[in-house]
Amino acid sequence: MEQLQTTRGAMWLRLLTGGAPTLHDWPSVQVCDAPLAGQPARWIAVVPDPGNRFPRARNGEVGLVEGWQLAQAVQETIEQDRDAAVKRPIVAVIDVPSQAYGRREEAYGIHQALAGAAGAYAQARLAGHPVIGLIVGLAMSGAFLAHGYQANRLIALDDPGVMVHAMGKASAARVTLRTVEALEKLAEKVPPMAYDIKNYASLGLLWKVLQLTNPALPDEQDLALLHGTLEAALADILDDFERGLAKRLEAPHRSASRRVRALLETQWEAAD
Amino acid sequence: MTDIDKFLKRDSFIERNARSRARALLDPGTMREVAGPFERLYSPWLAMQHLVTQADDGVVVAKGRLDGAPTVVLAIEGGFQGGSMGEIGAAKIAGSLELAARDNRHGIPTQAVILFETGGVRLQEANLGLAGIAEIQAAIVDLRRYRPVIGVSAGTVGCYGGMSIAAGLCSYLVLTREARLGLNGPQVIEQEAGVAEFDARNRALIWGLTGGEQRAATGLADACVDDDSAAIRAEVARLFARGVPERHRSERAAEYLAALAQADTAVQPAAADVRAVYTKGEA
Repeated sequence: MEQLQTTRGAMWLRLLTGGAPTLHDWPSVQVCDAPLAGQPARWIAVVPDPGNRFPRARNGEVGLVEGWQLAQAVQETIEQDRDAAVKRPIVAVIDVPSQAYGRREEAYGIHQALAGAAGAYAQARLAGHPVIGLIVGLAMSGAFLAHGYQANRLIALDDPGVMVHAMGKASAARVTLRTVEALEKLAEKVPPMAYDIKNYASLGLLWKVLQLTNPALPDEQDLALLHGTLEAALADILDDFERGLAKRLEAPHRSASRRVRALLETQWEAAD
Repeated sequence: MTDIDKFLKRDSFIERNARSRARALLDPGTMREVAGPFERLYSPWLAMQHLVTQADDGVVVAKGRLDGAPTVVLAIEGGFQGGSMGEIGAAKIAGSLELAARDNRHGIPTQAVILFETGGVRLQEANLGLAGIAEIQAAIVDLRRYRPVIGVSAGTVGCYGGMSIAAGLCSYLVLTREARLGLNGPQVIEQEAGVAEFDARNRALIWGLTGGEQRAATGLADACVDDDSAAIRAEVARLFARGVPERHRSERAAEYLAALAQADTAVQPAAADVRAVYTKGEA
């Protein structure tokens, strides 16, 4: 099950780019160039590397090396288009089971590696690169923050294998002093605590949720729908003057976020 | 003054709560709280689960001056829900950083200090905490183009989870010996990878690898200062005076990859091994 899910990212990257060659010889961070809407685009996915030097990062987790390689891949894109009038789009194909949990990771500062990646994606967005995050499998916690969460638009497949969350169930239960059963019961009533994509969509963070005939083994029609949606996302970003993430605040479940921002705005200058 | 006198007269930053920490950093008499507790910004999600709420949701937004410069201090209250980031607390931090960036675009050079005392995402608000942290990260990267964003983690909660990534995006990072900085908390690593990978009860291991002294010695933080309000304030002021760094720590992918290539990953590293790897090269 896990193996199937962690290879979804690799499968979609291959399908969407027509098997374009990778730009680096990195086993776990695959970067390639392939057109989107007929224009050059850069595509990035994190995939499992069973031979990873870091043993806790062998199943597609975002570890120290993956974080910094994502950062480098995105920085290179920004650098190459520094003087270009049109900044090429970046598509993050997202299927990341988690960040790497290990002693080596903490010792060498995995938080800094993930900051490298998140920061690079944010800089690309601010520099005018349209950044699209396509969630085809798991989008978990720090791994998602590093790979995709900084996108202008997020798209997810509607499928039980697609999940977004801050922490795995067993750990979340331990930290909140609950049983896994109690956690699951609460998740049914509290939308931000849920693990499934329908509840996640209700939070307003996704631009589109796509229903495919077979997300695990997509046909021509599925692929066409995905290409079409990515093109529409690109057009939507290019139409939008906003380079920040304000679009994510529009859903009913974000009313508290909007209220806080409105309060800050009215009190900000008066506080000087 | 003898060492013991100095110790006794020291104004501990750690013992201050979030509001008092913010006040200690700003010029006397200049602090004004924005979106404060009288706005009754209780977390709707905690209330829904019959858990304790707080009128400021554990985040203080304090505007004022630091050595005369317009500054906003975003102080996380480690004593409330472990400093965890829920929807409201995260929106207070992200929204303030967004306004500080807007100030800069309008010619007002507002700068920001974030006091990290947090376990990361508030798991009772899971996906909205995570989304809020992504928005904080976006706002740090925006603001740091104009003025430095300085992170401070004094302890004793430490700085973990998605907020450790936010700390990694700051222009400068100031820690104390009591602070810990890491992505995954010891309990979570033990849960996910087993006690042989990480023993969450081994405090010497935790502070040795992720404490303020080690982070500063390995370049993952800019300074490790005493738990003293005046010393922390002086360090923050000194770093603001340096201005925006030519390259942020988060932009040094090539150096870090080169350093990590030297690491012996067959064994679990000791603190000295990490120092050796990160002081040999440029990272």
